[in-house]
Amino acid sequence: MTLVGERVPKYDGLGHVTGTTMYVDDHYIPGTLICKGLRSPVSRGKIKRLDTSLAEKLPGVAAVITAKDVPFNAYAGDWPVFPEEDICFKGQLLAAVAAVDEDTALEAISLIKIEIEEETPIFDVREAMKPGAPKIRPDGNLLKFGERDYYFTNQGDVEAGFKEADFVLEEEYFYPVAEHTPMEPQVSLAVPHPNGSLTVYTTSQCLYFHIGQLCAVLKLPFSKLNYVGATVGGGFGGKNDLHADPVTALLALKTGKPVKWRWTREEELNCSTVRGAWLMRIKDGVKNNGRIVAREMESTLDGGAYLSFNPYATTKHAYYAVGPYYIPNVRVITRCVFTNKVPSSSMRGFGVTPCSYAVEVHMEKIARKLGMDPFEFRMINALRKGEPTHTGSIPDSVAAIEVMQKLAESAGIKLPDKLMSMKSDERRL
Amino acid sequence: MQELNLKVNGATYSVSVKADMTLLEVLRDKLHITSPKVGCNTGDCGACSVILDGQLVKSCITNALMADGKEVVTLEGLSKPGKLHPIQEAFHQYGASQCGFCTPGMIMASKALLDQNPNPTDEEIREALSGNLCRCTGYVNIIKAVKEAAKKMNGGE
Amino acid sequence: MKKRGKGVALIYYPTGMAGGGDTTQAFVKIKPDGGADLFLGSCEIGQGIKTVACQILSDELGIPYDQIVLHNSSTDDTGICTGTFASRVTYFAGNAVRAAAADARQQLFEYAALELGVTPSELSLQDNKIVVANEPNKSMTIAEIAGKVNWTMGKLILGKGNFWKEPGRIIDAENGQIDVITTLAYGATLAEVEVDTETGQVEVLKLTNVFDTGKTINPLLAEGQIDGGVVMGIGSTLMENANPYYPTDNLKPKTLGDYIIPTTMDVPPMQSFIVEYPSANGPYGAKGIGEMTANTASPAIANAIYDAIGVWINDIPVTPEKILKALESQNMA
Ligand code: FES
Ligand code: FES
Repeated sequence: MTLVGERVPKYDGLGHVTGTTMYVDDHYIPGTLICKGLRSPVSRGKIKRLDTSLAEKLPGVAAVITAKDVPFNAYAGDWPVFPEEDICFKGQLLAAVAAVDEDTALEAISLIKIEIEEETPIFDVREAMKPGAPKIRPDGNLLKFGERDYYFTNQGDVEAGFKEADFVLEEEYFYPVAEHTPMEPQVSLAVPHPNGSLTVYTTSQCLYFHIGQLCAVLKLPFSKLNYVGATVGGGFGGKNDLHADPVTALLALKTGKPVKWRWTREEELNCSTVRGAWLMRIKDGVKNNGRIVAREMESTLDGGAYLSFNPYATTKHAYYAVGPYYIPNVRVITRCVFTNKVPSSSMRGFGVTPCSYAVEVHMEKIARKLGMDPFEFRMINALRKGEPTHTGSIPDSVAAIEVMQKLAESAGIKLPDKLMSMKSDERRL
Repeated sequence: MQELNLKVNGATYSVSVKADMTLLEVLRDKLHITSPKVGCNTGDCGACSVILDGQLVKSCITNALMADGKEVVTLEGLSKPGKLHPIQEAFHQYGASQCGFCTPGMIMASKALLDQNPNPTDEEIREALSGNLCRCTGYVNIIKAVKEAAKKMNGGE
Repeated sequence: MKKRGKGVALIYYPTGMAGGGDTTQAFVKIKPDGGADLFLGSCEIGQGIKTVACQILSDELGIPYDQIVLHNSSTDDTGICTGTFASRVTYFAGNAVRAAAADARQQLFEYAALELGVTPSELSLQDNKIVVANEPNKSMTIAEIAGKVNWTMGKLILGKGNFWKEPGRIIDAENGQIDVITTLAYGATLAEVEVDTETGQVEVLKLTNVFDTGKTINPLLAEGQIDGGVVMGIGSTLMENANPYYPTDNLKPKTLGDYIIPTTMDVPPMQSFIVEYPSANGPYGAKGIGEMTANTASPAIANAIYDAIGVWINDIPVTPEKILKALESQNMA
């Protein structure tokens, strides 16, 4: 009896349907303190005064922490747990409280005195890219790739390709900011142990990414931290960043008590990472017979205020900007621009979803311009076995044509024989 | 603090609550009945759905004192040891639960529907579950599971 | 007036991280009754790795599914898994579990060979039995040999394995070419829509989807990924915008009443088909499909809208206002 290929119900499904699966928030440990955070009301500014003394004195408050309590104040590259001085986005965490219950924690937050010298935020990527624009990050508003402030992947000779083309189509596309919206928000529960070690229950999609980052923040050896997760109420890329864990961990170490922090839905929507907006320009050189001979693509990601997984999204976009087609001459340039917004990071389809959208609308435009059937146009240009992608890789598996044939057949569309007989292992045009 | 007497899944509880406490807070934080989930706390997602005296309610926007003298059923109250409720069984068998976070609310909403309408059409199922968000399944298998459960509860196969 | 249109989209999606240089590790302990403990650090976010890992282990070791206990909760108890992202876990963890199972199976064969008086190379696994080639009557069940090894010999059987992807090889530095591909999966959607030219409302009438899994380990879960991904794609296309006044940062949605995601009422009739074009190195040829399922609906719907009303959708979400504005400028032109 083999199970691979079978409709086996979920291993953890019985727990789900009986309500017995334990998510992070379902752990109730006696004596657990409740955490709440103070978040910035402004998008950009300098902290002039942050006075937590009244909050600390409130009965029921166990600890208040700010930047000075963080042993190493950066994760995911350059994102501080709390900023020392420079506030970079609205909703950025400035301080956090652990108290006996939620009401006390919220009251303590309201007692923190803060003075911020507000500065003019930069929201528009075009503004941020201008020479002389105020710097959001010390090394400039464009993400650096070595010496360059853009990333690129080229194939062939794109100028020659455009010369060869019968016509050129150039268009701009925009992909909006998106929130993952898992039904379970960010939750973290940190439990300190008498020997100085710590167990963190978290909603992470990647325990081993997180443990490295959190150990660095806490300056704690790997073996002193046990990360417990692996039952997560949906992720979609929204739980690849540390979010709540550094705060509960610091508070637990400081108070010696378990500390739990569940983000509100508003925090989840406005303060957790998003898929940043993408602006994409595609220019294709096309021959009248339907072959695309050149593509130039230039894309800009609004990365928000910090690095996070932006470098990865920017490079991955460059690798997959062409789509499942063979275009002999390609130039792809991608940029990540920092603005005073919540950091952009991973989301389902990481960097690729936006260009899949733009490229496929662009393909349709060209097909219409050519007066060619949209299936035929895509199949003519589809990648064949043995052909390289524009990154220079030869994929081990190529089946774009077969997928289109199956789609036509399944949707009741009758394709002409010349299309139904096409194969991924043969190029006719 | 006020005294709240209620029945949850057949057991009687008496707890002292603050006047502004929600039923969800009482169930989770006081009684540690954790199948109702906190998805939004604003009545928008349905993850906290429970049945209060036969009516489906979102417990995050239900004042706890409204439940005084009443009976609450949560997902924990549906199955007996070793015996799943047909809705639970169908959710499991037809892949209606992925991450599972919406599942308690979904199953309670489905139960409230089938209690009142044992033979719902697809459209009626959609409507009855439209206040329960799920980000994982695209709802397709959820709707299928409710239909299959209805069939089974009506004595079909 | 209500106008109908059809639109298509074709995509590919990579399995695994673009940069490579990542691993997933697994190890398995054989219990004295012939069951197994599987230790795997891959996070379950609903996609189903727990199920897939146990299915694979069950097949590879002849151990019944319900006798496998999966431990994947904590970093103290498991090996490394870089994470549940990049559509990588079925591929990476699947391979790691297969490797760990192969290691455990080899150890079982060595002990069974001693018991059966043969060499390990003469043994093979048939269902839950270790059998001797050409001597079908000479065999031991996994439970028998596991009991012997643990209780009579006092030995521990621990199989380990991992899957490691080398960092991307530079092909042509000057052109920024780098071999980043582990494998590619393909997908396509045909959307049929109806646009109300008076209200600007777009109704998706039907979606037909085809996705390439390489090899489907579990159709129930794969179909679930497709349904969920496609519906998320509908949300991106027609409703979701986390920053409606972009590029400013004002008036962002604060509740799920403001940030609208699809409900049961927004799911059109869908037909989805799975095709299997195997990858060279995935477990049984499998590829990752978690992410790509969300990528076909948006362009297919946008193209169907053009087919219906002759208006191009260069940015999403497609709100009624956008449609009406576009129709207005179309009329003026
Ligand atoms: S938690 Fe009650 S509706 Fe969302
Ligand atoms: S199964 Fe994850 S939200 Fe419904």
